[in-house]
Amino acid sequence: MAGAGAAPRLQLEGISKRFGAVVANDGIDFEVSDREIHALLGENGAGKTTLMNILYGLYRPDSGSIRLNGEAVRFDSPRDAIARGIGMVHQHFMLVPALSVLENIILGLRARHEPLLDFADFRRQVIDTAQSYNLAVDVDARVSQLPVGVQQRVEILKALFRGAHTLILDEPTSVLTPQEVDEFFAALDSLRDSGHSIVLITHKLHEVTALCDRVTVLRGGRVVGVERAADASRDRLARMMVGRDVPRTEARGDVATGASVLEIEDLRCRNARGLEALRGVSLGIRRGEIVGVAGVDGNGQSELAEAIAGLRTPSAGRVTINGRDCTGATPRRCIEAGLGHVPQDRQRTGLVAELSIADNLVLQTHADRPFARWGTLNRQVIARNAERRLEQFSVRAGSRDSAISTLSGGNQQKVILAREFSRSPDIMLAVQPTRGLDIAAMQFVHEQLLEARANDTGVLLISTELDEIMQLSDRIAVIFEGRIVGLLDSATATRERVGLMMAGHGGDAPDRAS
Amino acid sequence: MTDPAATTGTPSQVLQALRIVGQLSAAVIAALLCGAVLIAVAGADPVVGYLALFNGAFGSLNSVVEVLVKAIPLLLAGLGLALAFRAGFWNIGAEGQIFMGALAAVWVGLNAHGWPAYVALPAVILAGFVGGALWGVIPGILRAKLGASEIITTIMFNYIAFYVVNYFVTGPLVEADQFLAQTDPIAKSAELPRILRPTRLHAGIFVAVAAAGVLYWLMLRSTVGFRARVVGANEEAARYAGMSVGWTWVVVSGVSGGLAGLAGMVEVAGVHQLLLEDISGGLGFTAIVVALLGWLHPVGVVIAAILFAALDVGADSMQRVIGVPVTLVYIIQALVVLFVLARSALEHGTFERFLRRFRSA
Repeated sequence: MAGAGAAPRLQLEGISKRFGAVVANDGIDFEVSDREIHALLGENGAGKTTLMNILYGLYRPDSGSIRLNGEAVRFDSPRDAIARGIGMVHQHFMLVPALSVLENIILGLRARHEPLLDFADFRRQVIDTAQSYNLAVDVDARVSQLPVGVQQRVEILKALFRGAHTLILDEPTSVLTPQEVDEFFAALDSLRDSGHSIVLITHKLHEVTALCDRVTVLRGGRVVGVERAADASRDRLARMMVGRDVPRTEARGDVATGASVLEIEDLRCRNARGLEALRGVSLGIRRGEIVGVAGVDGNGQSELAEAIAGLRTPSAGRVTINGRDCTGATPRRCIEAGLGHVPQDRQRTGLVAELSIADNLVLQTHADRPFARWGTLNRQVIARNAERRLEQFSVRAGSRDSAISTLSGGNQQKVILAREFSRSPDIMLAVQPTRGLDIAAMQFVHEQLLEARANDTGVLLISTELDEIMQLSDRIAVIFEGRIVGLLDSATATRERVGLMMAGHGGDAPDRAS
Repeated sequence: MTDPAATTGTPSQVLQALRIVGQLSAAVIAALLCGAVLIAVAGADPVVGYLALFNGAFGSLNSVVEVLVKAIPLLLAGLGLALAFRAGFWNIGAEGQIFMGALAAVWVGLNAHGWPAYVALPAVILAGFVGGALWGVIPGILRAKLGASEIITTIMFNYIAFYVVNYFVTGPLVEADQFLAQTDPIAKSAELPRILRPTRLHAGIFVAVAAAGVLYWLMLRSTVGFRARVVGANEEAARYAGMSVGWTWVVVSGVSGGLAGLAGMVEVAGVHQLLLEDISGGLGFTAIVVALLGWLHPVGVVIAAILFAALDVGADSMQRVIGVPVTLVYIIQALVVLFVLARSALEHGTFERFLRRFRSA
């Protein structure tokens, strides 16, 4: 093998891709060596995912070439990419929840004696593969019953089982606890040692410096730099990524002593599958403070938010908004009691995609004066309201009549904030308010929450982004398996302490047999 | 662009309506071209046939009136369905609601002897609406309270309504002669008066025009219509915004059923002056197509209703002149539907994706 040492494992040259007027990738060069973990760093919209989708055969580039071990290749579909040893783990897992791990892994593969499906044969092979890479999973478990961290392992195993030597991981740590992240990094390390190459798509700087060999930074569809991760400082990387200095939002002032706006007492609640998701949560929020609820996704945060907003009926306990009993009340009543809500999933629950921006701004208030009279909408008032809100929240939109689906994620979130704050709520429930936003939009959201706090609104911030919680909260409540396992003052809370509590250790929760 | 049903009350409203008309015309022309091939294959002259079709539908005052008489019930039922479909309530039960509206109307009409017209007529109209509304609202309540699929329940309710009417016209309400499966004529004062004698045009056209006006307001200008649209587009977001999704379904299912009931009432009080066994004859199903072809927009529904009525009326004369069977027109109607569907498939990029695949193969 003559060029084995010389040619990098994977080489992308001059890749360009445009979608209509948007140039997603603009002449990108990118390479991955043997036994390398290479970070692809950039904000949302920088072109990371587009580039990797091109590499994985999901898109065809407008121009540019791909070389694998020095040989030019062309991928027309993921099938081609997989055949050449490229595997991808998407941010949203592509597993069938109702099937077992084994079934998911062999899905779509040809059995040895097609059309006969020899499960025992496959089972042996999958277990062998899992053992050889030190990826422990119960192959007979149903995917829906596995924790997210294990599901991710299944995704990786699935790719390896298909013979992947180059793995593309899209934002893989966003669903993990700090401790799970450590475990995950160890697994990636050993994959590298066994000869694999890994592309890690991320926007988290500490992951780059902690794990990767090299980093390629993208901004606006172009490469702004390739660095050895060991030599790069986080500040420098952040500047490269954003294109300017990144100011930090300064949080916190005096301790709030205002009146209580939200009281949750011993709240219990079942989730959609009938399992107990909240096991006695008590929490109070006063005017002018931000209380952050930290925790790994799926520990009862969604149910907590839904129970507060009247979207899920609690089985026991009390919710009091502004002194009014809202336990099991309708969403309407909660809104009238003074609740503002930035829901977790803006596409699915926060907005109506087909409706115009103006209509989305009056979802709750369309029937109130001055927006309607005698059951008839006043279109002019609704339009003027939209003009004002778009201006006030500097939403970048074609026109107030454009469908909300034409806006970027950040601008959509601004519309939601504009709508919720325009009702001047006393308590703002913000669930994952910055998920999927770029740094500028994220900062805007943070500033809005801090401004609300300054205006004497109580804010309950539920987020799985620990940095966000640490940065904004006056008090931090840690939720684990449906209980608040610790309530810390943010002045004294450390990342490590909160991280341990998020994993169920070190709090005042009773220890659990494993 | 998005679904036209999703935009309301803005200056683009007019554009929107124009687009609907344009798309519908394109689909009709394409369907007629395909139909022409079929006529030619059948050995007749398509040009002569289509002239006959057009003349049959619009060639004389009488034929125009016939088109209108056929369009009235289609329009009434189609408007209600458009509202329900906007709210994501798939009412397949207009047929049954037409029967129940007709039954209620005939019951009042039969008992209206001696009432003055200004009492009898409103009573019959109201009865038609209420009969259909009650029949329509039950599936609405079932979905709101129990989550029962309205598609299944409304289809089943069609059968129940059909046999209930069947029972009444052969049993308790059968005509005095007991010869045909139909009732006696309703009181003269309860009839929708003929307004253009000697044609069959009746006052039901005012009911239809009024309904179109009210539904225009309801769908595009009212808070109820706004909620219906939000619920139909995104149930979860509606819930999060504090709207009562269930109540919205109850309201639209009731109104939708009521309008279908008015269609049944018109057939009784305007056309037959009595209730017969098969008074609807599939109107309620054609109305589904009319609502969808009209893009769930009140103006679109008016156009689609007239179009379908015209094709129906013109079919007879085409058969007489060139001797091709009436069923050919049904094929053309089906082709119109297919072309409209193809049009929306185009909008969603299916065709484009196909082309891309084709090129890269």
